[in-house]
Amino acid sequence: MKCDDLLRLLNEYVDGTVDPAICKEFEQHLAGCDPCKVVIDTVRKTITLYKNDQPYELPVEFRERMHRTLRERWKLKHPTSKA
Amino acid sequence: MSVDVNDAELVERARAGDLAAFEALTNRYERRIYTLAMRILGNQHDAEDVTQQTFLNALEHLEDFRGDSSFATWLFRIATNAALKIIRKRRGLDTVSLEQSTELQDGSDTIPHPEYIADWRQTPDRLAQQAETRRVLEQALAELDEKHRLVFLLRDVEGLSIRETAEALGLTEANVKVRLLRARLQLREKLTHTFGDPERRLIRAHRHEHKPH
Repeated sequence: MKCDDLLRLLNEYVDGTVDPAICKEFEQHLAGCDPCKVVIDTVRKTITLYKNDQPYELPVEFRERMHRTLRERWKLKHPTSKA
Repeated sequence: MSVDVNDAELVERARAGDLAAFEALTNRYERRIYTLAMRILGNQHDAEDVTQQTFLNALEHLEDFRGDSSFATWLFRIATNAALKIIRKRRGLDTVSLEQSTELQDGSDTIPHPEYIADWRQTPDRLAQQAETRRVLEQALAELDEKHRLVFLLRDVEGLSIRETAEALGLTEANVKVRLLRARLQLREKLTHTFGDPERRLIRAHRHEHKPH
C-alpha cells in the first residue's frame, strides 16, 4: 500500500468501517510511515476538536420571540387544545 | 418536562396536541440547530431565521415525520434545506441547485496532499480549554467551500451517517465521501498550521510528482 492509497481510504479507516483485510495492510503501512501516521493522528484530532466544540447560546431576545411565534402557530393549528 | 423522556415519546405526545411536548423538543434541539446554522451561514441574523423556520416547519409537518430517521436527523435536514435556500439567494442562483452548481468540480479524482505534517503541540483536550481555539476552528471552517463545510458539519459534528448526510443534501453517498475526505484534509491542514509543532515537522520522502524548478 502506498501513501496515496492510504489517503483514499482515510475516511473508512478513521470511521472504523474499513474492511479488516485492508485494515491490516493499512496498519502495516502506518507502522513504517511516520508522515502518514501523523496525518491520520491529526485528522482524528481535528474531528475531535470540532465535535467537542461547545454549541452557541441562542440570543435571549430571539429565543423568546421564537417561542412566542411557535405558541401562536400551535394555537392556529390546534384551535381546540387547551394549551 | 423531564429530560428522561425520549424524542419518540415527545413526538408522539406533540402529535396528539400536547404543546408542552413540542416545546420540550424545541428546548432540546434549538441550540444545536442554531449552532449548525451559525456554522453554515456565519451570520446571526440568518441563523435565527433558519432556526425559527426549522421549528415552524417541524410544527407544521410533525405528521409527516415517519420515524425512519431520528427526530434530530429530521430536524437537521429541515435546517439544512432552509440554510441552502439562503445560500442560493445570496448567490442569486435561485434556479440552480447547489448540487448542479458544484457537481463538475467534484468530477476530478484528485485528493489534496497533506503538506504541513507535524504533531500538534497540545492535546485536543488542552486546546479546547483555550478561548483562542474556538476562533481558529471558526476561521478554518469559514474558509472551506460550502459544499465541503456542509458535509463535514452534518457528518462529523452532528454525527449523521453517510447515507443521512447524502439524503439531507440531495447528494450521492459517493459524493458525500469525496467531500468529507476533502473537508477533513483541508481542516487538518489549516489547524496544523496553527497547532502543529514546527520543530517536529515531517517532510514526505516519496512524493511522486515533479517539483517545480
